[in-house]
Amino acid sequence: MIQTQKKRPPQVFAHLGLMIYSLIAVFPTVLIIMNSFKNRSTIFAHPFALPTSETFTLDGYKTLTESANFPLYFLNSLTVTLGSLALILLVSSMAAFALSEYTFRLNTVLALYLSIGIMVPIRLGTVGILDLMVKFHLVNTLWALILVYTAQGIPLAVFILSSFMRGVPRDLKEAARIDGASEYRIYSLILPLIRPALGAVTAISMVPIWNDLWFPLILAPGEQTKTIVLGASAFLGQFVNDYNAVLAALTLAIVPVVLLYAVFSRQLVSGITSGALK
Amino acid sequence: MLTSDLKPSRAPRPRRRTFPLHLVVFLAPAVLIYSVIMIYPILASLWLSLNSSVDGVQTFVGVANYQKLLGSELYAQPLFNALKNNFIFFVVHMLVQNPVGLLLAVLLSLKLRGTPLYRTLIFTPTVLSVVIVGFAWKLILNPVWGVQRSLLEPLHLEALDLPWLGLASTALGTLSLISVWQNIGIPMLLFLAALVRIPEELYEAARLDGAGTWTVFRRIQLPLILPTVGIVSVLTFVGNFNAFDLIYAVQGALAGPNFASDILGTLFYRTFFGYQLQAGDPYMGAAVAGVMLAVILVGLLIYLLGWQRRMTEVTL
Repeated sequence: MIQTQKKRPPQVFAHLGLMIYSLIAVFPTVLIIMNSFKNRSTIFAHPFALPTSETFTLDGYKTLTESANFPLYFLNSLTVTLGSLALILLVSSMAAFALSEYTFRLNTVLALYLSIGIMVPIRLGTVGILDLMVKFHLVNTLWALILVYTAQGIPLAVFILSSFMRGVPRDLKEAARIDGASEYRIYSLILPLIRPALGAVTAISMVPIWNDLWFPLILAPGEQTKTIVLGASAFLGQFVNDYNAVLAALTLAIVPVVLLYAVFSRQLVSGITSGALK
Repeated sequence: MLTSDLKPSRAPRPRRRTFPLHLVVFLAPAVLIYSVIMIYPILASLWLSLNSSVDGVQTFVGVANYQKLLGSELYAQPLFNALKNNFIFFVVHMLVQNPVGLLLAVLLSLKLRGTPLYRTLIFTPTVLSVVIVGFAWKLILNPVWGVQRSLLEPLHLEALDLPWLGLASTALGTLSLISVWQNIGIPMLLFLAALVRIPEELYEAARLDGAGTWTVFRRIQLPLILPTVGIVSVLTFVGNFNAFDLIYAVQGALAGPNFASDILGTLFYRTFFGYQLQAGDPYMGAAVAGVMLAVILVGLLIYLLGWQRRMTEVTL
């Protein structure tokens, strides 16, 4: 700490480098959000100007509410994301508990089998998944998406959660066993202890689920089941030349994720760093 | 001595004799969902790729689809084009995303004031939907809007005011850089996690020896984070050869102009679902997925056999 307080020239360059890159990182987002509140002529004439009282308009948002069902898309995305996250957390924590707590014959084999999915993308099974969903009559239902994202999330979640569960002191579990607690009771006692890991899994699984385009496009393209990403993408294709509407749609799709990210950013960082390296 | 009965068990196990029902209860849901929705469909796809529709009936045809994919004019040319483009896409990520990500991680590891803010800002694009990112950049690079022009004119770089996404020669490179811009947060965080784990004593010893920033990086930081470099490369590889959303969002399923930005993901989509010029074919689609799986497995194998074996000597 003493060293870092000394002012050395490399620090200035480091700040400069980080500042420039931060600007590059946020520039498009800020530009989009800012311009979505401006009238058409100002969008083109002064793209970098902040909206003023004269140039402020909500025209784009009006077009949006009139021509696309964004509240429904948003609700669909929320249902799919929360449903998948709940399932991922429940089934993965149970599996992780079994794998980390007991020694049994198939332990290593099962752990390896589950970890295949970390490296092999589920997308390669799309043809098979679509056949399966047609057979189960799940096409154009949110269940199709929830099941696929759960399957996609399980491998990494089991991997992260079991490494955390191994860190829970053994004495605690043994004490509970001596008191006559069932294995299910012990599992439920452990869950609160690994809350940071559950948060990390939530944060790390949430982003790809919320943002996916591929599976909504293939499994649930119907108007009633469109997610916000699919809905926005269809809308953007249709209104390419209406800059107000396009910018408003982009803003609506950006803001919720950025807010979610702000809430979960600590867990996301710890999830990525611990999950991939342990 | 290997049988568990001979090992002194670490704890009394009263339920030893009974069938471990709780084990099944704990494992079944995850294993079932994962097997039915992920492993089975991948295997089913591979099986499908060995079949074809003969007079509307699914018939086993062996590797005929793969022969068609690699040998016929209709399929081979787009496939090799997509493979080549995908490789370029990957190389741009390896040459730009990962080195710049590493540089940012080194800067963040200096623990300057405001580090958490920098980290959050740089990671923001990563949480945005690829579709949204694609459209945002499409707007920004669109000559109609003029954002690009007003940025370049003050610098007297008008010559660079090109329709970057509309030219066959620049579309793929531009899309790769947009993807780099979006995804740089992940390698940055992974590198940062590895860097902060390096013990402080190593730095102090180096400083006592009078080592500068560059020497510290070359001699201490880089060798110690090499395993992470390997993991990041593998993640980049798998992610890139599985990419789809960005190209689809920006250039559509035809990955224009004139297939200049076509990669395996978009080719897979077109082969399976069809497009204006061609009807969809699930069997050929499955074969394209089979090729993608093969490419990814070869990449993983190279990593496991080549890189990781050499790494074991370096890791502490």
